[in-house]
Amino acid sequence: MNLGRRKFIKLSAMTAAATAFGGLGFDLKPSVAQAQLLKINWARETTSICCFCAVGCGLIVHTAKDGANRCINVEGDPDHPINEGSLCAKGSSAWQVCENDKRVPTPMYRAPYSGEWKEVSWDWALDRIALRVKETRDNTLARKNDSGQEVNRCEGMASIGSAALDNEECWVFQAFLRSLGLVWIEHQARI
Amino acid sequence: MTNHWIDIKNSNAVLVMGSNPASNHPVSFKWIEKARENGGKLISVDPRFTQTSSRSDIYAPLRFGTDVAFLGGMIKYILDNDLYFKQYVRDYTNATFIVGEDYAFNDGVFSGFKKRTDDSHYGGKYDKDLWQFELDADGVPKRDMSMQHPRCVFNLLKKHYQGYTLEKVSQTTGTPVKDLRTVYENFASTGKADRAGTIMYAMGWTQHSTGVQNIRAMAMIQLLLGNIGVAGGGVNALRGESNVQGSTDHCLLWHILPGYLKTPRASQSTLDEYNKAYTPVSNDPKSANWWNNYPKYSVSLLKSMYPDVDKDKAYKWLPKVDDGRTYSWLEMFDYMHEGQFKGFFAWGQNPCCSSANASKAREALSKLDWMVNVNLFDNETGSFWKGPDMDPSKIKTEVFFLPCSAFLEKEGSITNSGRWMQWRYQGPKPYATTKSDGHIICELMSRLRWLYRNKDGKFPEPVLNLGYHLWQDSHGYNAQKIAKLINGFFLKDTEVNGKKFKKGQQVPSFAYLTDDGATCSGNWLYCNSYTDQGNMAARRNKKQTKMQANIGLYPNWSWCWPVNRRILYNRASVDMQGQPWNPKYPVIRWTGEKWVGDVPDGGWAPGSKHPFIMRKHGFGQIFGPGRADGPFPVHYEARETPVKENFFSKKLRNPVAMWFKDEEFAVADPKYPYVCSTYRVSVHWQTGLMTRHMDWLLEAQPQMFVEISKELAGQLNVASGDKVTVESIRGSVWAVAVVTERLRPLKVMDKEVHQVGLPWHYGWQFPRDGSGGDSANLLTPSVGDPNTGIPETKTFMVNVRKA
Repeated sequence: MNLGRRKFIKLSAMTAAATAFGGLGFDLKPSVAQAQLLKINWARETTSICCFCAVGCGLIVHTAKDGANRCINVEGDPDHPINEGSLCAKGSSAWQVCENDKRVPTPMYRAPYSGEWKEVSWDWALDRIALRVKETRDNTLARKNDSGQEVNRCEGMASIGSAALDNEECWVFQAFLRSLGLVWIEHQARI
Repeated sequence: MTNHWIDIKNSNAVLVMGSNPASNHPVSFKWIEKARENGGKLISVDPRFTQTSSRSDIYAPLRFGTDVAFLGGMIKYILDNDLYFKQYVRDYTNATFIVGEDYAFNDGVFSGFKKRTDDSHYGGKYDKDLWQFELDADGVPKRDMSMQHPRCVFNLLKKHYQGYTLEKVSQTTGTPVKDLRTVYENFASTGKADRAGTIMYAMGWTQHSTGVQNIRAMAMIQLLLGNIGVAGGGVNALRGESNVQGSTDHCLLWHILPGYLKTPRASQSTLDEYNKAYTPVSNDPKSANWWNNYPKYSVSLLKSMYPDVDKDKAYKWLPKVDDGRTYSWLEMFDYMHEGQFKGFFAWGQNPCCSSANASKAREALSKLDWMVNVNLFDNETGSFWKGPDMDPSKIKTEVFFLPCSAFLEKEGSITNSGRWMQWRYQGPKPYATTKSDGHIICELMSRLRWLYRNKDGKFPEPVLNLGYHLWQDSHGYNAQKIAKLINGFFLKDTEVNGKKFKKGQQVPSFAYLTDDGATCSGNWLYCNSYTDQGNMAARRNKKQTKMQANIGLYPNWSWCWPVNRRILYNRASVDMQGQPWNPKYPVIRWTGEKWVGDVPDGGWAPGSKHPFIMRKHGFGQIFGPGRADGPFPVHYEARETPVKENFFSKKLRNPVAMWFKDEEFAVADPKYPYVCSTYRVSVHWQTGLMTRHMDWLLEAQPQMFVEISKELAGQLNVASGDKVTVESIRGSVWAVAVVTERLRPLKVMDKEVHQVGLPWHYGWQFPRDGSGGDSANLLTPSVGDPNTGIPETKTFMVNVRKA
């Protein structure tokens, strides 16, 4: 038999899988078919792009149509010309970025000198942040620099982030910061 | 990337240096393997024998931080052996330019050097006016097409690298001479018209006090070999975050505005002055000098932010930075550490683990009045006040943690390393009460606008006049609307380039942007991404011509900046008649009437324009007079180094690099004898903030480790699995020893040098029992590249001892 190395590895892997599942004493085929059906009948299918490195691998995302409408599966997009369906260990785990009980469900607040976080509402948090931003801007906005040149900049605030934002979010974030007069603006690209 | 991921398959020699794609960009390796299947060679140059090295055809080790010496040796090898692409070098690069008489390089220092003044964070500064080209009466650079002139760039280059002999390079880098020769020979073989070589680099090149010059040196090699603009060539940065290309394009950085426009300086008090300062002028009719369009892009940006405001007025509102000053990351944290800031946004980022000299960043946060931290998970930054060595009862900082939605839960685009802007659709709805970052920004903005409208406040105009209505619909933040705004549309009926447009129409491409306020465009580079034909980034059409398919161009899949050009500088891939250098893998070709293949770098007939259209003079820059640390790369030792002297000159380190006066460094210090670098592993990502919270991944790599060579482990009496302490002059971390052959001692200047390496994925906050360890950045220095300020976290000195 004339087998290339690649083919040989593929074949060995298949044999290994067959042996492994063979030991279970039942035929796996119906379960695989059942799983496929679940994705098709009970889930909405959308495409996305992986959130980790910048290769930009295509993903297929299945979201349950009933219940909590949560994500039930993420896999490589076989139509995508870069990854052609494959994903690395991180990309294959992308489902856990989203479906993860360690995520923080609500805003939290740590008061000065306090030793703990306190859960707060979005309205309370955003109202208070807006007040702090305005107060800082009003107190530290320099219309002119030491040489008397017009600079219109807020010197008491800085911002970092973020390459984790979408393009459209990056754009509005920079507009938001620059309208407030920030010049100390940096993010991941610098480090 | 000048090229893109799939294009790597077209390469005859893939040099991987300063990166480790097998571990960190695993799927890209598919295309390296395709190149190898086609007969291409994978060359891995790395201090550590990585997963990439294990699949390479050629491997060479080197000492951390000696890449310029390694590459300088390659330049000399190419020149000595006459391996450069002669026609390309003569016609497309500035090798023929004559440099003025004031330029000089003596013993490691260029002409025009001035030592640090008291208030600067840089070791010194160069007067770059001394490095200019000689111009003719029209202001066009003088050229010597025979390249005989002693001051022509080509001869200055030869002279500059004459000392970079194989032996001397080997003495500095620790690379055996035979390995140097093998790498040089194989990569330089791509200097022929029908061969291409590519470089894949990442933070292993940028995070040095000579980071920019590492990349410059390689770009010069690629120009010498005619590898820019061609399929399978280019200079390719493997960007580490899924949208760090996009976040850079949209310029969440102090020095640039969206589309790489400059942040205005205080001396540029009017829009006209600003535009004049950044619009280059060329009197050479063959120079496209693309940046002469600068005012169209800057005015369209102003109109995208302030659509109803006069452009000159809107310009006045933009914040200005002081002339001659920089405001980059390390300076920001230094300034914060001095207590100069009141408020701080740490948005989707974890500086308490990712910042060089992380303990300085951690202390700095305690000097703030308030901080907003936006993230998916709690982390070392949000919870800094309860971290190691912190006493919450003494920390005044008020902290807000806002939980954001995950990427799968929202719609929008991201841009990959190959500049492909790709659309993502929303899968599940946001988890619990979380909101998308876009929604958080809009809701915060709406509150601030209410406050400025209803309460007294300073200088409310820029806040109240923002074109905020263009960002949202009745549900708030709307990514589609913003994508349209980033592309830009016509603000009134107008005629541009003989074509009539109606108010509200999308601008078809940046060629139609105007400087009179008739168009808005949030980012000129993305103009053409969302036209009247729809959202180009969402395209999933694999149709391509035979010529396009031959090199895997996929022009109808997603969209790529600029104007869907998949390979930058592609006019350099053809001769003056428009015929491809390499007939096997053409990128573009002139049919006699038009260009076919990729979108060309401008539609002009072949030979009528110089190919490097973004450069003022139109040529690839072998001599780069714009760099802060000199027009040619020089080997300098890292700020922390095991050696006392530099083999190439009397100047030990980059004289203009950034560092802070009150900080100490280990230079040939017996207390810190081992060279160290940080790196990443496949199953974790960046500070590990996300991946440590993912069970499947944490289980695979649960804790901090340090890789140590067998030889060093023997000396230290350390075995694999032992807990050790790794310490630098700034701090220490514990790590599990991994004794390995992947690192080996190198012979440097006749002495044995040991190197160790650490991943930087861990932090005290999670796993909560502290079993993961803490950040490797507690050890790294606040030292920065003089051009970019990027920290030198890829070379520093440590000690290792049994814990």
